[in-house]
Amino acid sequence: MNKQMTGIGASSKRREDVRFLTGKGQYTDDINRHGQLYAHFVRSEVAHGKITKLDASAAAAAPGVAHVFTSKDFEGVGGVPCGWLITDKNGEPMKEPKHPILAEGKVRHVGDPIAVVVAETLAQARDAAELIDLEIEELPAVIDMREALKGGVAVHDEAPDNLCYDWEFVAENKAAVDEAIARAAHVTTLELVNNRLVANPMEPRCAIGEYDRAGDQHTLYTTSQNPHVIRLLMGAFVLGIPEHKLRVVAPDVGGGFGTKIYHYAEEAFVTFAAKKLNKPVKWTASRSEAFMSDAQGRDHVTKVELALDADNNFTALRCLTHANMGAYLSTFAPCIPTWLHGTLLAGNYRTPLIFTNVKAVFTNTVPVDAYRGAGRPEATYQLERVIDKAARELGVSPIALRKQNFIKPDQFPYQTPVAVVYDTGDYDATMDKVVEMADLAGFDARKAEAKSRGKLRGLGFAHYIEACGIAPSSLVGALGARAGLYEAATVRVNPTGSVSVFTGSHSHGQGHETTFAQVVSDMLGIPEDQIDIVHGDTNRVPFGMGTYGSRSLAVGGSAIVKSVEKIVSKARKIAAHLLEASEADITFEDGQFKVAGTDRAKAFGEIALAAYVPHQYPIEEIEPGLEETSFYDPKNFTYPSGGYACEVEVDPETGVVKVCAFHAADDFGNLVNPMIVEGQIHGGVAQGIGQAMLEHCTFDADGQPQAGSYMDYAMPRAADMPMVNIDSSCVTPCTHNPLGVKGCGEAGAIGSPPAFVNAVIDALAERGVTHIDMPLTPQAVWKAIHGASAVAAE
Amino acid sequence: MASVSMTVNGKAVSGEVEGRTLLVEFLREGLELTGTHVGCDTSQCGACVVHVNGESVKACSVLAVAVDGADIRTIEGMAAPDGTLSVLQQAFQDHHGLQCGFCTPGMVMSAADLLQKNADPSEQEVREWLEGNICRCTGYHNIVKAILAAAATLRGEKIAAE
Repeated sequence: MNKQMTGIGASSKRREDVRFLTGKGQYTDDINRHGQLYAHFVRSEVAHGKITKLDASAAAAAPGVAHVFTSKDFEGVGGVPCGWLITDKNGEPMKEPKHPILAEGKVRHVGDPIAVVVAETLAQARDAAELIDLEIEELPAVIDMREALKGGVAVHDEAPDNLCYDWEFVAENKAAVDEAIARAAHVTTLELVNNRLVANPMEPRCAIGEYDRAGDQHTLYTTSQNPHVIRLLMGAFVLGIPEHKLRVVAPDVGGGFGTKIYHYAEEAFVTFAAKKLNKPVKWTASRSEAFMSDAQGRDHVTKVELALDADNNFTALRCLTHANMGAYLSTFAPCIPTWLHGTLLAGNYRTPLIFTNVKAVFTNTVPVDAYRGAGRPEATYQLERVIDKAARELGVSPIALRKQNFIKPDQFPYQTPVAVVYDTGDYDATMDKVVEMADLAGFDARKAEAKSRGKLRGLGFAHYIEACGIAPSSLVGALGARAGLYEAATVRVNPTGSVSVFTGSHSHGQGHETTFAQVVSDMLGIPEDQIDIVHGDTNRVPFGMGTYGSRSLAVGGSAIVKSVEKIVSKARKIAAHLLEASEADITFEDGQFKVAGTDRAKAFGEIALAAYVPHQYPIEEIEPGLEETSFYDPKNFTYPSGGYACEVEVDPETGVVKVCAFHAADDFGNLVNPMIVEGQIHGGVAQGIGQAMLEHCTFDADGQPQAGSYMDYAMPRAADMPMVNIDSSCVTPCTHNPLGVKGCGEAGAIGSPPAFVNAVIDALAERGVTHIDMPLTPQAVWKAIHGASAVAAE
Repeated sequence: MASVSMTVNGKAVSGEVEGRTLLVEFLREGLELTGTHVGCDTSQCGACVVHVNGESVKACSVLAVAVDGADIRTIEGMAAPDGTLSVLQQAFQDHHGLQCGFCTPGMVMSAADLLQKNADPSEQEVREWLEGNICRCTGYHNIVKAILAAAATLRGEKIAAE
């Protein structure tokens, strides 16, 4: 670990920790506004049905009840919008049915909101909800994607066959890929499922709406990763409130992992209701509600085919995927299986021809959207599984097969056949590093020792690439994004030399308050404790697109760097004036502006004071004050990559898998705070192992959730996880952002599922097992070992 | 409504509660001690762990009236009056044992109870003790490290710097 004590590269302790460790954090549910009312949502208990009766009169008359809202209250109000338009293979726009705030005559998934009781206390609201006379005529539900595409039962009338879009990429490659596969020396085929997950940040969602009649000002406090995006979506598309009349505050937020990116109906509801009732309105999700209403993740069913020539070079890849959208399109949902998935199918490899077809399907399930990694885990999982399977079929080392087909360090920048250009990387370095960390040489002895105890030991590898730092606005605009994806930052130097940084990035566990202060401290030569990082309030931060896609440092940090550079440039002019020297002769180092070659100097704080007390000041040339705002639009995605290794032991009697060791060798480019980076890997790996071993959000044939609480959704516990062995010494800095950083937030969740599954398959290879779909629960593993006959005899 | 009185973080408090009011609701809404969090509704996540008469308890699974007269300690009562963090709290910061901070109060309260029952827990014992505390951010790696380091400090041992 870097022992440097301050600035870029130091493992500075997190400044935000003290408030969290003493109970002084302020999460949305910790906020109570004077006179606030409480909202309780009445949600559908069936997956698909017609509302035949909805009489709220008794509830409305119950003690403490201010109003019972139904869809009638929202006539003329927009639906929850989708932020990304996908154009299908025929040039048609995707099907985009309305997502109403409250159900309009029909419910489409368990948890679909129907009515809301607002009362003086939460207990009164809940009690009154029992008095609502609600009748629903249940309709057949479509849950399985392939069944849904057969039609017969439509989630939305606009999409009779439940197809949202049918997308091909790269369409021009289709024939060439088909031909390459037809004449390949070897083709490895794998059908797999990327299991549906629930993001489960520990803080449930919460929203408080408030309205100030005097100024016609709306305020929304919400658990969001991107308050400005919520202001844009809710203000412009749902409620018709202009930006200057709408303030969105996302205070301390207890984890996001993607599911707090999106604009939700509950946010629009409390904002709307607060004005109608002229009182603050608060809603806090229970965990059970979160399982029914937070957008979920993954849920792809894929057939992947890898073609190789006689020398084991990859010649073509074909991926056919069904992607579940759930019952409505969440904010970013359409872009996850397409532009965040198809463009990553080259992985780390030189595969010259790639084609994918993605069918996005509506079902009577909770909406699906980005979850940590978002599209990239699905791409990496199928690649790294099919390559491992190919190596086994060909009788070659999976490590050697990967390395043979890696893009080599002298080939960057590398134009992939799937549109993106990788700027930099050294995949051999991270693969070699993780092989060394995993002690491959000693594995046979460990396997033999395990066997003596009746256990099957396996060692699996995976190598991932991901695209982070989303994204160049012109590019994403061409691909269907309905917003730009730059980031904004204001750096305000106060008169006494302290600094306030206002960033559009949002921290909900990532430690921005520490990391961003390190960057500014390093650039200005002032102590970190002289720098405050302000985020999460649209009235304080000039603008922003928020935090997701591992973009905060690469994009948000770059905006801060730009502003600091402007500050230094202006301060240099002021220093030159005060020091009576030419600007060209002024150097800036360790917080001191000096006349080169002399001992004449002005400290940064003195310049700050001069800027605000401009008695002796070049007032003809520059304005007083020292504050700069920048918008940074990235030139490309960033491309972190890394090699992961997982070692497991399987008990063939019970099917229980124990993770014995996990190793991660990542290339994140330059690191600002290595301690925080390691923490991101720890958490990402836990979510990846959670996906691969434990977690599964399933619905029965009627659409009832079978994992609706922590009683039946297996969150990783401390005893499930190993210590994670991390190395970040392989560094190829990003070439197109000022810090040379790539982003580290999602890597752990992307690289770990295939490493884990490859390890289990390695352990079970001697039993003839070639694949098990995630999660590899004891039951699934036991069934795979003992085969169908044993299951039948069970 | 019923009257309850208890000692919370060394101070005598009292209030009027409904029979169904949970201890965590009384702490958060009645006493505005919002450091104790609610992360689930099935008593699994452990974000609401407090000490009742010295024992760690999930405050979501106890009625306020059931702890009338009890001595309660919450996360707000763990640091010294001058704000100095306890050894355990400091270890969480030193070892980056928290990210979003939401599970942290429950983790600290739960771990504090472990360390008063077992001054020298093994890594496995720490992991098993945390069965009832879910963290989604850290993968538990640094939480376990922090608790082991705090145990060593409290035993008077020095851990070699990494």
